[in-house]
Amino acid sequence: MKTLVIAEHDNTTLKVATLNAVAAATAIGGDIDILVAGAQCGPAAEAAAKVPGVAKVICADHAVYEHQLAENIGLLVAEVGADYDNVLAASTANGKNFMPRVAALLDVAQISDILSVESADTFKRPIYAGNVIATVQSSDPKKVITVRTTAFDAAPAEGGSATIEACTAVHDAGVSKFLREEVAKSDRPELTSASVIISGGRGMQNGDNFSLLEGIADKLNAAIGASRAAVDAGFVPNDYQVGQTGKIVAPDLYVAVGISGAIQHLAGMKDSKVIVAINKDEDAPIFQVADYGLVADLFEALPELEAAL
Amino acid sequence: MKALVAVKRVVDYNVKVRAKTDGTDVDLNNVKMAINPFCEIAVEEAVRLKEAGTVAEIVAVSVGESSCQEQIRTALALGADRGIHVEVEGRPEPLSIAKLLKAVIAQESPDLVILGKQSIDGDNNQTGQMLGALTGMGQGTFASEIKVTDGAVEVVREVDGGLQTVSISLPAIVTTDLRLNEPRYASLPNIMKAKKKPLETLTPEQLSVSVQPHVTQIGVSPPPERAAGIKVENVSQLVDKLKNEAKVI
Ligand SMILES: Cc1cc2nc3c(=O)[nH]c(=O)nc-3n(C[C@H](O)[C@H](O)[C@H](O)COP(=O)(O)OP(=O)(O)OC[C@H]3O[C@@H](n4cnc5c(N)ncnc54)[C@H](O)[C@@H]3O)c2cc1C
Repeated sequence: MKTLVIAEHDNTTLKVATLNAVAAATAIGGDIDILVAGAQCGPAAEAAAKVPGVAKVICADHAVYEHQLAENIGLLVAEVGADYDNVLAASTANGKNFMPRVAALLDVAQISDILSVESADTFKRPIYAGNVIATVQSSDPKKVITVRTTAFDAAPAEGGSATIEACTAVHDAGVSKFLREEVAKSDRPELTSASVIISGGRGMQNGDNFSLLEGIADKLNAAIGASRAAVDAGFVPNDYQVGQTGKIVAPDLYVAVGISGAIQHLAGMKDSKVIVAINKDEDAPIFQVADYGLVADLFEALPELEAAL
Repeated sequence: MKALVAVKRVVDYNVKVRAKTDGTDVDLNNVKMAINPFCEIAVEEAVRLKEAGTVAEIVAVSVGESSCQEQIRTALALGADRGIHVEVEGRPEPLSIAKLLKAVIAQESPDLVILGKQSIDGDNNQTGQMLGALTGMGQGTFASEIKVTDGAVEVVREVDGGLQTVSISLPAIVTTDLRLNEPRYASLPNIMKAKKKPLETLTPEQLSVSVQPHVTQIGVSPPPERAAGIKVENVSQLVDKLKNEAKVI
């Protein structure tokens, strides 16, 4: 059995999400190759070659893949993936964008967001905002799968020495163009790989008040997240959103501040190891999942917490 | 310009769905159903484009059992002009839905196809992208802003690092994210008017599409329960617990 893992990368470095996908591929078993598609993506391919257990890295280095346009990447992955039993990618915004195109081109189902591998054709995945876990069996000859990164501990990044093979296939569907990107630069850890996250909700009242979380985040080396309500209100950018339809996180410590604990928010954080909730409403549903609940006004509690750390 | 919007009937987003105790399926008895919130955003966007004079006609399509005509009527009440119901029993998979939509698109030739990015039941996040691959159309997924320009649609997309803007040639596929718009409520007169708008029913056979499943659900279970936590009295007790009991800071 052969599995192709599609790398998540920024052309120079390999994202941790790739290692989570490799871990899922390892759970399936058999040979693992990694496809790195990008432009000037040699350094990312070299990083992928160091992942232990990987037989081969296929590097498709061309301008048409620079911005990961789903139309082009989809065609490439469908072509390269045709030789494999399984095609896996992390369930990131990027993976979610191109993988269903791959599945449709190969005329197979996609199994989204797997949580575990039960056997070569059977997987667990969350449905209904994670309130139900479904066990699903695929009857397709080939499986196209996206992997929930929080469900698989990252495979080691170093120690392997896979061969790197260039792929010269150039797919330009010619229907989409990259125009621009607004990517916030931050010195903080990424939300999806941070070991501590502190998130603010509507209770923060405005964007300026998020500075109350920043001081604490600095001390804990934490990422900052938010509820949908805080994003919708414009307190923080969209990429802060944790939840069913935002980012799925599972840090060692998740601190929810001024967040009520709607089903959709819980869906994104309830697998965190330790959950702390700070909310002035003692009946807020967030307390039902919190290991440590503090009923308090956040405007008093946060400065105290920062001082106590 | 013609817009086609896909709408799905799903459990209302306020309902906490549970697995049946025998583990065979989810318990949807007497549960409130509604239009998938992302599909509602899709309808709203099409209606705004029509109000702006960009779109001339909006066709709302739903694939599912006869009950999903209710959600087509909701779309019609929000401003869609006519509906198409593709009648399929059970729970068609995203790939089957995409194939059926492709067949409808072949009949309707829309310039813009707007779908929700995911439905809140299966949480698959697949149909729009699959439809893109099957039709060869480009896609602007997870849209938080769209602008129709000459022969193309500019889509601001919500991605992991922030926002990305792409230009997709028409005909194009857009899938909606939460920030694209805030859907209106249907007024009573519009709900009444919607009852008279045309609604056509088609079958997979008429569209020559097989809806053969590729995946079987062999069981469901509740997610792991979290052990009950405690309330702490104050910040210093919280810090003490995190340091000495949970050992996470
Ligand atoms: C299709 C769909 C998808 C969604 N996806 C997501 C998602 O991915 N992520 C997500 O988060 N939500 C999502 N939602 C929204 C979700 O349903 C809730 O509306 C949202 O999570 C609420 O955010 P909140 O807890 O910040 O706000 P609220 O529910 O308004 O809660 C604010 C909380 O702050 C507390 N508070 C106020 N002032 C203070 C104070 N001074 N001190 C302490 N506490 C205070 C209040 O007691 C309250 O509990 C989605 C909804 C839909 C329909």
